[in-house]
Amino acid sequence: MPNPTVTMTVREAGGNAKIIDIHGEVSAQAENVLMDAYTQASATGARAILLNFAGLEYMNSSGIGLLVTLLIRANRQRQKLLAVGLSEHYQHIFELTRLNEAIRIFANEAEALATLVS
Amino acid sequence: MTPSTPNPPRDASNWAQPVDKLKVGSISADAVNLNVEGKHLTGPLKGFGQMWQKTYWVRLSGSNVTPAEVIKVWKAEFPNFWPRGNQFYAPLTSIQPGEVAVLNLAGPGGVTGPGGAPVISTGVMVIYADDVSFSFMTPEGHILAGMITFSAHEEDACTVAQVQALIRAYDPLFELTFRLGIGHKTEDDFWQAALRSLAARFGVNGYPQQRTTLVDPRVQWSQAKNIWHNAGIRTALYMPVMLAKKVFRR
Repeated sequence: MPNPTVTMTVREAGGNAKIIDIHGEVSAQAENVLMDAYTQASATGARAILLNFAGLEYMNSSGIGLLVTLLIRANRQRQKLLAVGLSEHYQHIFELTRLNEAIRIFANEAEALATLVS
Repeated sequence: MTPSTPNPPRDASNWAQPVDKLKVGSISADAVNLNVEGKHLTGPLKGFGQMWQKTYWVRLSGSNVTPAEVIKVWKAEFPNFWPRGNQFYAPLTSIQPGEVAVLNLAGPGGVTGPGGAPVISTGVMVIYADDVSFSFMTPEGHILAGMITFSAHEEDACTVAQVQALIRAYDPLFELTFRLGIGHKTEDDFWQAALRSLAARFGVNGYPQQRTTLVDPRVQWSQAKNIWHNAGIRTALYMPVMLAKKVFRR
């Protein structure tokens, strides 16, 4: 398998939430990078994780599969998984695959974090 | 609301557009076209049963074929690789994003109904296709709620063809068949046979391998109502009509 062409960085969002910034391509090769980022984000007991897709350049169906398995992991840990920064194209893909019914999509971080507070 | 993107993403043409309800195009008159038209897509989150990730693969050792060549042939000749008794009816000859296909499936061991009738009539939609992979998603009523991806890649200087399914049994009845092992065996036999046929197409006597992961051990009781759409029950109920049509067509 080729090397992953994605980087993910984890940062604090306050209010017991973490943000994972995704830059690059989400495909099968991104599995370890995504799961490592999730583990890092969850290490301090985050109750919500925001996936920031603003830097997403490419995603195939294996990438959608990765998001589904991540969602299952988050659900088992009773964590909320939210999405921000999705372009219209990727919002359509979430709609097609019905991921939008399980991962709430927000226009920006502030809006997503406000929902968590309320 | 939506961040602006200067150029369309590289994968833009690889994805199907979202659809509310499925619409079957013009397909062979031989197809038993049930349980597809007007149905919604489901996906791995909408099923009832435990979620499994099943990966089947075969190494095309001794063949010089590239991953792109494998996928080109796989797309063009997809129905030919299916095990006996099972039919894949697509409106076009190749696999394209957005295309909806009707499946006429045999039961375990390739058993069919009277006159070769399918045990289950259902379908799939092609949600994604590129040069080295393509993916299907299933509609309401299908045995499995999920996504299945067909791909090819190079590994240790050998091309590997792979099928990966991320699935839940669609309803409690189908889940029961999985708990009894019948569902798993039927699914595993199906894709291993398909991969053997694909390998044979490239002159390879392939030995498919398999890895199965239980992604979510829980069932989703909120989806128990899915049984209303069960394609097996609906196909069986339609059987007398189908047989009558055949008789009167003679």
